[in-house]
Amino acid sequence: MAASVAPGVLLHNINKQIWILYPKASFHRCAAVRRIGTSASRCKSQPQLKRKSSPQELVGVVGLEIHAQIHSNTKLFSGSQVGFLAPPNSLVSFLDASLPGTLPVLNRRCVEAAVMTGLALNCTINNKSLFDRKHYFYADLPAGYQITQQRQPIAVNGMLTYSHLGGKKRNQVVNKTVQIKQIQLEQDSGKSLHDDQRSQTLIDLNRAGVGLMELVMEPDMSCGEEAAAAVRELQLILQALGTCQGNMSEGQLRVDANVSVHMPGEPLGIRTEVKNINSARYLARAIDYEIQRQIGVLQRGGTVQNETRAFDSKSGQTIPMRDKEGLQDYRFMPEPNLPPLIVYKDNASLPTGVDACQAVVVERIREGLPELPSVTRDRLVQTYAILPEHSFTLVNEDGLVEYFEAVVRETKREPRNVIGWVTNELLSLLKQKDQSVSQSPVSPSALAELLELQETGHISSSVAKQVFQEMWRSSGKTALQVIQEQDLGLVSDTKEIHNICQRVVDSHPDLVRAIRNGNKKVLNKLMGLVQKETKGRADPVVVRALLEEKTS
Amino acid sequence: MLSLTIREVSLALREGRISATELCRRCLNRIRRTQHLNAYISVTEELALRQAQEADSRLLQGAPKGPLDGIPFAVKDNFCTESVRTTCASRMLKDYTPPFNATVVQKLLDQGAVLMGKTNMDEFAMGAGSTDGAFGPVRNPWSYAAPYRDRTGADPDSDWVITGGSSGGSAAAVASLTSYLALGSDTGGSTRNPGALCGVVALKPSYGLVSRHGLIPLVNSMDVPGIITRSASDAAIVLGVLQGRDVRDSTTVPSPSSLTELPEDFDIKNICVGIPKEYHAPGLSQETLAQWSRVADMFERAGARVEQVSLPHTQHSIVCYHVLCHAEVASNMARFDGLQYGHRSEVDSSTEAMYASTRHEGFNDVVRGRILSGNYFLLKQNYQHYFVKAQQVRRLIADDFRHVFESGVDVLLTPTTLADASRYSDFMQEDNRTRSAQEDIFTQPVNMAGLPAVSVPTSLSSRGLPIGLQLIGPALQDRKLLSVTQWIEQRVGFPTISDHGDDSEGRGDTEVTKREHSSSV
Repeated sequence: MAASVAPGVLLHNINKQIWILYPKASFHRCAAVRRIGTSASRCKSQPQLKRKSSPQELVGVVGLEIHAQIHSNTKLFSGSQVGFLAPPNSLVSFLDASLPGTLPVLNRRCVEAAVMTGLALNCTINNKSLFDRKHYFYADLPAGYQITQQRQPIAVNGMLTYSHLGGKKRNQVVNKTVQIKQIQLEQDSGKSLHDDQRSQTLIDLNRAGVGLMELVMEPDMSCGEEAAAAVRELQLILQALGTCQGNMSEGQLRVDANVSVHMPGEPLGIRTEVKNINSARYLARAIDYEIQRQIGVLQRGGTVQNETRAFDSKSGQTIPMRDKEGLQDYRFMPEPNLPPLIVYKDNASLPTGVDACQAVVVERIREGLPELPSVTRDRLVQTYAILPEHSFTLVNEDGLVEYFEAVVRETKREPRNVIGWVTNELLSLLKQKDQSVSQSPVSPSALAELLELQETGHISSSVAKQVFQEMWRSSGKTALQVIQEQDLGLVSDTKEIHNICQRVVDSHPDLVRAIRNGNKKVLNKLMGLVQKETKGRADPVVVRALLEEKTS
Repeated sequence: MLSLTIREVSLALREGRISATELCRRCLNRIRRTQHLNAYISVTEELALRQAQEADSRLLQGAPKGPLDGIPFAVKDNFCTESVRTTCASRMLKDYTPPFNATVVQKLLDQGAVLMGKTNMDEFAMGAGSTDGAFGPVRNPWSYAAPYRDRTGADPDSDWVITGGSSGGSAAAVASLTSYLALGSDTGGSTRNPGALCGVVALKPSYGLVSRHGLIPLVNSMDVPGIITRSASDAAIVLGVLQGRDVRDSTTVPSPSSLTELPEDFDIKNICVGIPKEYHAPGLSQETLAQWSRVADMFERAGARVEQVSLPHTQHSIVCYHVLCHAEVASNMARFDGLQYGHRSEVDSSTEAMYASTRHEGFNDVVRGRILSGNYFLLKQNYQHYFVKAQQVRRLIADDFRHVFESGVDVLLTPTTLADASRYSDFMQEDNRTRSAQEDIFTQPVNMAGLPAVSVPTSLSSRGLPIGLQLIGPALQDRKLLSVTQWIEQRVGFPTISDHGDDSEGRGDTEVTKREHSSSV
């Protein structure tokens, strides 16, 4: 093997877009995709922009082609491992290198992943699907063709329901749907690394042959925000299913956008394909830029070219990709080495002689489907009476739902009092440190204990936040330990509070006068001064009562 | 000893009448003495002797692995052999050494068979003469045998005849007694055609019965590893070893039967033999026709039912075969781009230029021509008119066979080739495409339908060259097919080239066909 496939094959002068091997820093998940609706809605602003110049509005039309890398141990047609960080060309079987005489053998896990994804997206699963060869010469495609499903894909006619936040305050949940035309199984290509200075290209075949699900979303979207929200929802579904890890920056989820503009009611305009988008935020920006660009072209009397454009994240623009080979004819042909892929409806439809363990049975997979994100969100709103936008926040962060529910289980506090702690205090600290929920130094039960102490009047709410910060810093300490060490417990000695209040009243005669003159709000200032003295440890109800008494 | 069948020599090995090492040496000597045939591209002498020694230690312990333990075999050079270069008779792969064994090769090695070498062929198996490879043409061993020389007065060194192809090296290896069995590949007749012209038994098993893993493909949907031996019974033994499901080839099926011995008391009276009238093709030689009639009569006299049948779409088969073949060739050859393995051109002004000159330098005209036309057939605008139509006709051809077999026919009897072997100088007058169309006319419909077929030699022509007939059976009825083959074989008395310097145990029923080259050991 080593002699046949040298690690790092050299070739020369290739002019094509580079698929970058991302540096380690970009591994952390992009914060921008965690929340939906963080950017201003371009959907809404767009028409206004155009109203100035045209009586009828041009609107954007967006369809997506998404390549989701199947989360499996081994590749689609070979036994080599799938891995993102392995040394170049270390995960390459004879088939992946297209050594002559090798044959593809379908990985059942990949088929199950596609069926599962199809079911989650309300697709019809084809009992029989076919594989085809798609031909083109490229250095990181060693066979000269990709095995894909052109004629008869494994799943068709699905639908994805997604939501984004709308309304003036961006707190209304807007539900949308997009049709899924099909899901097809296909092979990933290798990677080309271009060294322009030395005019060389290095080929890494680790990715060659990894299973992909290509999902085609119909042009049912109208702007970047919708597309980003649809992709985000898809990402959550894939992650819930475990069929794709869905990390866009690692290329596990790759999104190409087909963008055009037209007058509503008229035929679709000429479209461009925007590639090279590696986050949901960039997806929204790329699409919105492209819609505006096309509108501009048309308004200047030009015509949109049918072309492939790349998104440049630095400038926020899309730029035409150099058309490398002119018009491609992929010369599709049935893959002769793979018999039709048969999946069975249920156990009863298994023909005799077919091993039930080896067969892919749709009903069995349907039964094993986990709770999908939309269901989780509804359940959270129903069960805990939290706001819908909070359910989005919980579901968007891996592990946060479980964290929240664990806290709720262990405290007597109302879930809607817990939610703020989880979505604000916890989440903002996690984001500051760029950590995942599982890395949180404060466990759900530790937080629950803290909330209990607050609930039972041991500490005030402002102290509780202070304690939480301290628990975060000195991980492992319980709330009680922090409170005792730093003497943060509520002062329960009324005599002491009495004395402090008296001191404050005595030293601020002007404020007392103002109160007595009818400005009751000034009382809060006195309260603040008392809390400052007590470091927030005095029960505010008691303090208020005392101060009212002393200033009356 | 060298002209024995596997069954016979296997017995000799077990009885200690000869050692595997001695047998291997004799075959190696014979390879040297028949070098002018150009049957082998690589001879694996050291490996063979090592394997033979291992076989001897097993034989000495009385624990041979099976009937193939210690038996010398040859492999067409389009089957991958680990650490043994595998060229496909192409410049493209002239220094290519695969890192793995083809499943069929591995199975033979696992049985203790001794690999003698890799045999010559047409480049990437594209041809019907074994004349179009990068290592030169293969010469038919019968060119040097007495009957041809005596009856035609030809000078073998200038008037030698071709082996047929594309597995000509494998057929020549078995016919010239350098191996007891050889693997060929059969896509449109590439095993049966040279089998017929070289006077050996050549089996194309049912599609899916024998693994293609490690066979460098010509047409994936038609390729089948072929088995070349000196008797039907030997072919059955080898098929028994090779057949069965292979997890590395998703198109394989489980063996219908594990029995490999052919029945001794095969009752021909229960057999219905179909004679397809469409195989009375223009260009069929009188002598071949006479053999066809002779064997049909033989069946009839023995009490078998012999019926004329019709396979109405046969005439369209060869054209459709070529469309499908070229399309798959275009696809399969795409991987040879000079990047990972194989020949790489010096031209490096751009990747595209490197691809183009690598492929121009690496492939011969025949391969390049098929790639060109195959890509043309697959173009979006042509796909429906060519590829899809050809596939539809392919279905009709398969249906023709199915109807005939469903009507009660057990085997079809046809000629394998139009005539006996052509002289090389005559053969080269025509271009490869015309030759392939002529040579594959009777053999490729079987590949279109995925059926088992076997060529069995029945007689020598007036020129002293072998004539073979083809038997075709229903899918997965390979064993029954071989039983009928054996029945013919036992009655036609076809001679074998003998190596008289070897020993005096030549089979009694073989005609003595002695050559100067082979008379001294």
